[in-house]
Amino acid sequence: MRDRSMLRLMVLGVLVFSLVLTLFARLFYLQVIESAKYESASANNSVREIVRPAVRGLILDQAGRPIVSNRTTLEVTVDRVALAREKDDGEAVLNRLALLLGTPVEKINDRLKTCGAEGAKPPPVCWNGSAYQPVPVANGIDPQTAINIMERSTDFTGVTAQLHANRIYPAPFNVNAAHILGYLGPVTESQLEAQGNSDAYDRLRRTDIVGRSGLEAQYDDALRGKPEVTSLAIDTAGHVTEKLGENAATPGNYLVSTIDARLQSVVESQLVNAVQRARSQGYPGKSGAAVVIDVTNGNVLAMASYPTYDPAIWVGGVTKKQYDALKSSDSLSSNAIQGTFAPGSTYKVVSTAAAGKQGFNLGGYYGCPEQYKAGNQTFRNFESHGYGTISLARALEVSCNTVFYGIADTMWKRGGGLDADRTAPDPIANMAKSFGLGTKTGVDLPGESSGRVASRLFKAENWDAKKDSWCANALDGYSETRKTNAKLADFYTALDKENCADGFRWREGDALNAAIGQGDTSVTPLQMAMVYSAIANGGTVYQPRVVKGIIGPEGKVVKNFTPEVKSTVAASKSTLAFLQRALPGVTLRGSGETPFAGFPLGQIPIASKTGSAQVTGNKVSTSWFASFAPANNPKYAVVMMVTEGGTGSKTSGPSVRKIYEALFGVNGRSVNPARSVLVGGAPKLDLPKVRSDGTPVAPKGKNSGVRG
Amino acid sequence: MSFFTTMRSSDQQSFPSRKGGDYIRDLDWVLLAAAGAATVMGSLLVWSASRADLASPTDPQSYLKKHLINVVLALILGFIASRLDHRWLRAYTPVIYVISVFSLLLPFVPGLGTKIAGAQAWIQLPGGFTIQPSEFMKIAVILMMAVILAEKDRVTEEPKDKDVRLALIVAVLPLLIILMQNDTGSVLILGSVTVAVIAVSGARTTWVVGLLVSTVVGILLAIQLGLLKQYQVDRLTSFINPTADASSIAYNSTQARIAIGGGGWFGFGLFHGPQTQGRFVPVNESDFIFTVAGEELGFIGAAILILLLGIVLWRAVMIAMKADDMYGRLVATGIVAWLAFQMFENMGMALGIMPITGVPLPFVSAGGTSMMATWIAIGLLENIRLHSQQQLP
Repeated sequence: MRDRSMLRLMVLGVLVFSLVLTLFARLFYLQVIESAKYESASANNSVREIVRPAVRGLILDQAGRPIVSNRTTLEVTVDRVALAREKDDGEAVLNRLALLLGTPVEKINDRLKTCGAEGAKPPPVCWNGSAYQPVPVANGIDPQTAINIMERSTDFTGVTAQLHANRIYPAPFNVNAAHILGYLGPVTESQLEAQGNSDAYDRLRRTDIVGRSGLEAQYDDALRGKPEVTSLAIDTAGHVTEKLGENAATPGNYLVSTIDARLQSVVESQLVNAVQRARSQGYPGKSGAAVVIDVTNGNVLAMASYPTYDPAIWVGGVTKKQYDALKSSDSLSSNAIQGTFAPGSTYKVVSTAAAGKQGFNLGGYYGCPEQYKAGNQTFRNFESHGYGTISLARALEVSCNTVFYGIADTMWKRGGGLDADRTAPDPIANMAKSFGLGTKTGVDLPGESSGRVASRLFKAENWDAKKDSWCANALDGYSETRKTNAKLADFYTALDKENCADGFRWREGDALNAAIGQGDTSVTPLQMAMVYSAIANGGTVYQPRVVKGIIGPEGKVVKNFTPEVKSTVAASKSTLAFLQRALPGVTLRGSGETPFAGFPLGQIPIASKTGSAQVTGNKVSTSWFASFAPANNPKYAVVMMVTEGGTGSKTSGPSVRKIYEALFGVNGRSVNPARSVLVGGAPKLDLPKVRSDGTPVAPKGKNSGVRG
Repeated sequence: MSFFTTMRSSDQQSFPSRKGGDYIRDLDWVLLAAAGAATVMGSLLVWSASRADLASPTDPQSYLKKHLINVVLALILGFIASRLDHRWLRAYTPVIYVISVFSLLLPFVPGLGTKIAGAQAWIQLPGGFTIQPSEFMKIAVILMMAVILAEKDRVTEEPKDKDVRLALIVAVLPLLIILMQNDTGSVLILGSVTVAVIAVSGARTTWVVGLLVSTVVGILLAIQLGLLKQYQVDRLTSFINPTADASSIAYNSTQARIAIGGGGWFGFGLFHGPQTQGRFVPVNESDFIFTVAGEELGFIGAAILILLLGIVLWRAVMIAMKADDMYGRLVATGIVAWLAFQMFENMGMALGIMPITGVPLPFVSAGGTSMMATWIAIGLLENIRLHSQQQLP
């Protein structure tokens, strides 16, 4: 039937039409509605990046001497993609390469395995980068070997010898400065995560080497520069189909430190001398730190920590053995900014300032008995001297504890004594905080400690945090310890019982100890240096700096840091003036007299304060020597400390004297600024020049500090 | 001009002056233009897809040149098909059919046949050319069924059951051979063609319903079998290599969708599709050619391609409707069903709505046999149209 045929043909037509419509709809859905989802999928599929890191910026000292530089070495890399195309997967090539380099082929094979792959050794042996990135297998090879490889390219498919920049440490004047400079290491997982899903060409990549401590870490962004990145489109077989883009490398910027290499070198060796002096007295002298600050702007001119390490050990990655050795020697962290120590008598300047603010007569006379009774406890002078009734200035000179006990006791009672609540006035702690203690100085180095100021409030808050465990332990009676040592368990139990019951109370004894820098108070040597700088400059607590500027690799100044004020000391001008007048007496006729015997104090008066802080558990006190000079026109603050080192005067004092001799050009009794270790007799305020080819203009000859 | 000619032609049917006709004027130019444009687009896409495959020692244009030779041959064959006399064609259809069935068996002859993508459906010729006899078989089956079902030439009469049975045998015999060649796509298309031709022939409704049911069941079974295979392949490859095995079916389908989806509105531009140029999509000069259109020409370009093929189908349906005899109508119907389902299968596979079976996209894909067969189909459509217009009173 014709009609039936036509009808069915029309049905077919409609069917065909709907098929075409279906295709349109699906196409629209995939390409327009869901397009974004597939765009990125396509990009990830086929783009590979070849990354060549930029040359890292140099670190210069305040005078322009390079203290961290680069050396280009010849590096052998192996391209695994090229090897995979060989018939034997490159086995023959690797055997030849192993023979040429004189290393076992297994070692090269271990290196070529991607980290996390089956049978891969842990980093740094395994390769932590992309499969498309050539793997460095040998570094520092001699040029002849490199020429061999390049000339016999058919024998060495996929093997390349090329120049590669490594960190070197020119060490002018044998300076070490390891804790300031820091070191480089592979980028960490958390750093990669922190930058999110960035696709900027200068983002961090798994293969990147970044600063892991010190200035290298703090100023990593500036030093690292931007890498050369070539984006290649590749096909499923790994063949390059197209060059998608190329970003040229931007070399890293130069850091100009406030550190003077020559002064730093002096301070480092004087710190070692102080430690040895402690040991020659039979003390452990385990560790120490020394800091020199420009009191006029807070610049750190030198900062040393003992023990230290050779920064070059990190170049090319450390072995597990080396790392463990570094760890166990405690040399990785900087005692100057990370270590916190009881300040001892150096803290008395804070107590004196608090007394002035509280209306105590700074010109008045105070009793300095052999011992001071508070409640049923007796507090003694160090070495149990009594001086009778003396002026406050004299009390600082001879470091009389009992004078400060008396002052602190009066303040404690005024504040409400034992029953005062945590918000009651705490003049010494408040003064300490205004000097910047208990908070980070803000120095431009990572990992700084904030230290602690003992106070009513601190004790109450500490109790809040710990009372549960104290009370539980008191109830339990240290059952674990009791099994082995019943006596110790009894002692601990009694202690915790007391702590649990009224550990929140700021007792009279706490107040007395706090006034002489004992008890819960702890400071970093840098914090102490900033306290003495603030006294010297009339009350300004600067934020200390280790870097004064950033210069581009072609000599353009990128950034010039200006001094920043962290806080202002809450003491009146007259109180600070009193301290400025009183502290030179310490060096003239007080506890700091011996180490400065014969020093031209008439020309360069030195304001100082010694400290011999008792530390629970240590038989030997921490040796402190805090100072600034010239007292009548202050320029520098110098602080040195040695743990378990004995008295401040005997152990640290002589080294501080040597540092001042170096700073002012002192020889015997004569003073000649031209002999100062600082070129021109003072720290340079402006930035050194860097030529357009990247060479820094550094002092020449004897002042360069480089032999030969 | 061609469009209006067509429109006018129906009004002018009553004028005696139409008798005799004029070959050039009476051709369906819209049909030719759409098919021609699709062929040009196809050549560009084949060029883009194939140049990525050809490594530097080989001439990157060599594949394109081969494709263009095929196009020229196809156009010549199409022209011949448009000029054939109906009586001659009907007389020789059984011969064409028998030759086609025999050539269908040739790929099984050792040394002559080639297996491509798992299907034993190609004959290897010298010069790197291959012939896929199943493509010609589609034409032969359509012509043969039309001859049988239009035998009586009494349009008001429905075909006798014995004719329908014969037509079915004629269709099922090559279908079974193609099935043995593992060419699932061609089986689906031939099945659809068979149902469409028998339905339009006016056969009793029980035939149509019965065939539809059995075809749907058959297609479902085939898809089911296809899916089962895909599932097995996926499981195997993911066991061996959890990330990306270029031979896995799931991988192909994913890469195809990444390519099309990545194209967006306007595409990456010809020769610039990262998936295409990176050869992430397999056989993208043939089975997956639509991914090249999607990625490099974007939604606009791919939609134009669908539109062009849609126009071809619309013109073919019109020709079937206006055919003056049952023979012409059935041939046109068969061609519509063939091209429509082949297009839907090919594009649908790239778009992820049809199972993956290797069929070329008419006019677009590389592959000489397919190109020739589709242009012969265009020639036949024009032939039917010319015949209808010339036979008018």
